[in-house]
Amino acid sequence: MSALQTTPLYALHREYGARFAPFAGYDMPIQYRGGILAEHAHTRAKAGLFDVSHMGQAWLDGPSHAALAESLEVLCAADLKGLAPGRQRYAQWLNETGGIIDDLMLSRPESANGRLHIVVNAGRKAVDYAFLAARLPPGAKLTPRPERALLALQGPLAASVLARIAPGFEKLAFMAVKAAGGLEICRSGYTGEDGYEISLPAEDAEGFARRLLREPEVALIGLGARDTLRLEAGLCLYGHELSEEIDPVEAGLAWSIPKRRRAEGGFPGASRIQQALAEEPQRRLVGLKLDGRAPAREGAEIVSPEGAKIGIVTSGGFGPSVGAAIAMGFVEPAFAAPGAALALLVRGKPLPANIVPLPFYPHAYFRG
Amino acid sequence: MRFTRDHEFIDAGEDPATVGISEHAQSQLGDIVFVDLPEVGAKLKKGDAAAVVESVKAASDVFAPASGEVVAVNAKLAESPSLVNDDAQGAGWLFKLKLSAPAELDGLMDADAYAEYLKTLG
Repeated sequence: MSALQTTPLYALHREYGARFAPFAGYDMPIQYRGGILAEHAHTRAKAGLFDVSHMGQAWLDGPSHAALAESLEVLCAADLKGLAPGRQRYAQWLNETGGIIDDLMLSRPESANGRLHIVVNAGRKAVDYAFLAARLPPGAKLTPRPERALLALQGPLAASVLARIAPGFEKLAFMAVKAAGGLEICRSGYTGEDGYEISLPAEDAEGFARRLLREPEVALIGLGARDTLRLEAGLCLYGHELSEEIDPVEAGLAWSIPKRRRAEGGFPGASRIQQALAEEPQRRLVGLKLDGRAPAREGAEIVSPEGAKIGIVTSGGFGPSVGAAIAMGFVEPAFAAPGAALALLVRGKPLPANIVPLPFYPHAYFRG
Repeated sequence: MRFTRDHEFIDAGEDPATVGISEHAQSQLGDIVFVDLPEVGAKLKKGDAAAVVESVKAASDVFAPASGEVVAVNAKLAESPSLVNDDAQGAGWLFKLKLSAPAELDGLMDADAYAEYLKTLG
């Protein structure tokens, strides 16, 4: 086994009593002394600080924004031509059958023309970079930024904390980005709460994290609570809800494909995706709420009231803020209507569940 | 009280014996959100999967530390699974076992031997 990589905050995690586990080749903090439930509740009530420096940050550069957007729209179904300076977009790189190679965030800096900052999943970094290197036209360039750390500050008190530590950034609109003094901050995240993701030089990360942790509202939150928070927020996780076999329409991501792209096509797998949009996909991602506390995990079969297999759970566990066991999974469209009763097979026992709309826990994004 | 290498405890100081997971096990599992208990009346052989403890992150099997019949389960865990975190070797017990082969306990570790065993796990 090759040695695990660590993030620039490894020593800080140890100091705060982190329990570590390997994740995407990194030795990452799963939880600290308080435990996952307390960390989850803290993020929903105050401000949680997450180290997500394992994720892949890179620049994409082209001769102009229009030219760069043109060459990237060939690889994804998002609207990049219309991405204004200082704004961020969610997108997915697609393969020839419309399957998802990775999902990512793209940000257009306010200043530089012809440059985008991307953040991709840690476990897909190598795949993404090879995919881009092979497909970018001459004149466009990918530059990974391993010298950058990435922190997320998430929760209802994140804005008031940031106003003290990095004044000016806290006023960002949802999905807006701003750079100053080495910091590149966007207002978005992966918890369903208001909050920010903060890219900064690796050598500054520990000092910046310590300044945040001196604020009474801030606590370190591990990947364990990051997962329960994103599950309650109904957000997809690559390798679970998303894969090279699953297209964005099936995964409930049609909202990320705007009208112009639907009409024009011109992205990988366009025919499959356009058909899924016009008719009905083969399967749909749904939310499932179980009647009891027993969790159904990834891989559990979803069965109809008659006992026929109609789908599979892709993520599942106990939703601390929902107070019940919840899951996401794919089902045949005929069974995807909210309210539909079905069962999840756990250790051979059918546990009753209902289809519920996503998210399980309401989003609290900043809407100015 | 005796312990298995899989971190179950069994207290045969009274009849029936009490079974649960060790303090070390609960600490390793983290927040426990559900416990799937055996049926009262179930006849278990030593080593059978007897219960499942679900933490936020994962499900973990609990194996019968000895053979016998389940004569009671800890009903409080249905509403308060966190009792296992709060007091694993006390109020967070899982089930009571009427032993059919008490001599099996001789093969288990006492508290001192279990403490030594934990040191070897790093």
